[in-house]
Amino acid sequence: MDIASGLMQGFAVALQPANLLWCFVGVLLGTVVGIMPGLGPPATIAMLLPLTAFMNPAGAMIMLAGIYYGAKYGGSTTSILLNVPGESASVVTCLDGYAMARKGRAGPALGIAAIASFIAGTVGVLGLMLVAPPLARFALAFSAPEYFGLMALGLAMVVLLAGRSMVKALLATLVGLWIAGVGTDLFTSTSRFTFGRMELLSGIDFVVVAIGIFAIGEVLANLEAREEPQLLPVPRGLRNLLPTMQDLRDCRFAFAQGSIIGFLVGVLPGAGSTIASFISYGVEKAFSRRREQFGTGVIEGVAAPEGANNSETGGALVPLLTLGIPGSGTTAILLAALVLWGFKPGPLFIAENPNLFWGLVASMYIGNVMLLILNLPLVPVFAQVLRAPVYVLYPLILGVSIVGIYASSGSLFDLLLLVGFGLLGYLMRKLDYPSAPLILGLVLGGAMERALRQSLMMSEGSLGILVSRPISAVMLCFALLILLIPFFSRVNTWRVRALEQKDL
Amino acid sequence: MRHRSPDFWSGLVLAALGGYIVVQARGWDYLTEDGPGPGFFPLWYGIAILACSAYLVVFGTDSPSDWRGAGRAFATWAALAVAVAALKWVGFALGFAALTFFIVAVMYRRPPAVAALVALGVVAGFYLVFPLALGVALP
Repeated sequence: MDIASGLMQGFAVALQPANLLWCFVGVLLGTVVGIMPGLGPPATIAMLLPLTAFMNPAGAMIMLAGIYYGAKYGGSTTSILLNVPGESASVVTCLDGYAMARKGRAGPALGIAAIASFIAGTVGVLGLMLVAPPLARFALAFSAPEYFGLMALGLAMVVLLAGRSMVKALLATLVGLWIAGVGTDLFTSTSRFTFGRMELLSGIDFVVVAIGIFAIGEVLANLEAREEPQLLPVPRGLRNLLPTMQDLRDCRFAFAQGSIIGFLVGVLPGAGSTIASFISYGVEKAFSRRREQFGTGVIEGVAAPEGANNSETGGALVPLLTLGIPGSGTTAILLAALVLWGFKPGPLFIAENPNLFWGLVASMYIGNVMLLILNLPLVPVFAQVLRAPVYVLYPLILGVSIVGIYASSGSLFDLLLLVGFGLLGYLMRKLDYPSAPLILGLVLGGAMERALRQSLMMSEGSLGILVSRPISAVMLCFALLILLIPFFSRVNTWRVRALEQKDL
Repeated sequence: MRHRSPDFWSGLVLAALGGYIVVQARGWDYLTEDGPGPGFFPLWYGIAILACSAYLVVFGTDSPSDWRGAGRAFATWAALAVAVAALKWVGFALGFAALTFFIVAVMYRRPPAVAALVALGVVAGFYLVFPLALGVALP
């Protein structure tokens, strides 16, 4: 199927009234969770995942993707008005966005964030549409050794970029692999790590771990502070939100480079939207004629990172949908969602499910338009979300988590596991262990073990098969090089500096 | 006793986990006639956990974590654990209302009347949305 007819088919799916509604619900929820500091898209998607089991998969995927990219629009609002990032991808927007708001230019800052998000978000979807089908065709040549190499490379990239300590990131990945191994071995029916509990024979549900670590862990971390941040006044009326023609002219390069950098970084496993926004901000500053003013309220300093973090979404969906390899915690949850609904993301996904893939692509074009409309004139309304008392919000998150888990399994034992993983998520934050590698290890653990064992069956036990095939050999070499980075002090210093900047 | 860093203690816990995985994996077939057995993959990641955690114990940073406010988080977690464990006997309405009351009244020091009102409202909202509107059973 060529791209034009695929897209036509996609719009036929996305424009169905029910799917339009789910798209709207997704981007609306995404905007709200993006605005709320402390409640990110992975937690929201994980909480809603069990409830989507009752929905049509196309509508559910459209809604969850809407939350994913919608949150990136909303995140800028909190950065600009509170100097607190609504979600991690908007950290760098605080630098110039909040400075603009303090100078009385909150309106243009919010406006340019929405416009940059719209332009780059649309470019990201265009990239997804153009890159995903040929990549899927290329990946058809992959067999078990190549998949093992690809998953090893993906996990190594996540370990490289997820936290300051690569040892801690690696440990989190390995613990994820262990949790994935709990249950009955599908090759030999041997029970592994079940502690004699019948409930663990079928393994630990991914959703329990994801909600525990992201949602419960996040609530516990946020509960540490009692005081709430002060909100700057929000300008009312569309006219006060629109940037001037000069602002738009100043942001031309930011729109273009943010879109391209965001998409390219998104395709890399592990990099994510926070890194995309920092690289884009750095490039904008490096090429700007007024680089010394960055950080004091320069409008390009808002447009570049906001563009990059939205374009990254399209890029991140490429490896997820064509190779079945997620690059971040959020895309790992989207992968789990697809598996939950009975799909198998990978090279055949687009060919076997054209309605779902093209429907998702078309819905992202529509969703970006919805978000522009929602975020320009209605941003003062959304900002009121920040006035909602947290002592109402946190019990709501805990309640939705409990009900979500019970709805998916009907098991009180899973609720106890949820509480345990919530504590683990909180302790990981406190002890500086990144959570994304654990989630990725958990999602990829089963498939990775299967690919390794299938490879060794093909070679009658010889590990040589992993390095005798060119694609898997190259990927495993890269994975090994990445894991050896701590031994190259100059490269490691650069990595640590980059991640410290990311943490601000 | 010398003060140890959080890296040291978390490394020890993970080393114990790694040791457990290796011991368990050694009890399962490593290789079978058909290829790698159920002990193959766990043995290798168990060894990797042991190696990484040993590195953390020996070379981990000495910087202590910031535990200010952790008491509030642990208290809320304990309340959540008790509420979930009690769901079987007291049901969702009572268990969750008590948890909400605890968060509002104790953690955020709001007046008991406000806390009771929030708890009642939240539980009523859950009943309206989940069993009534969506047909999803509550625990």
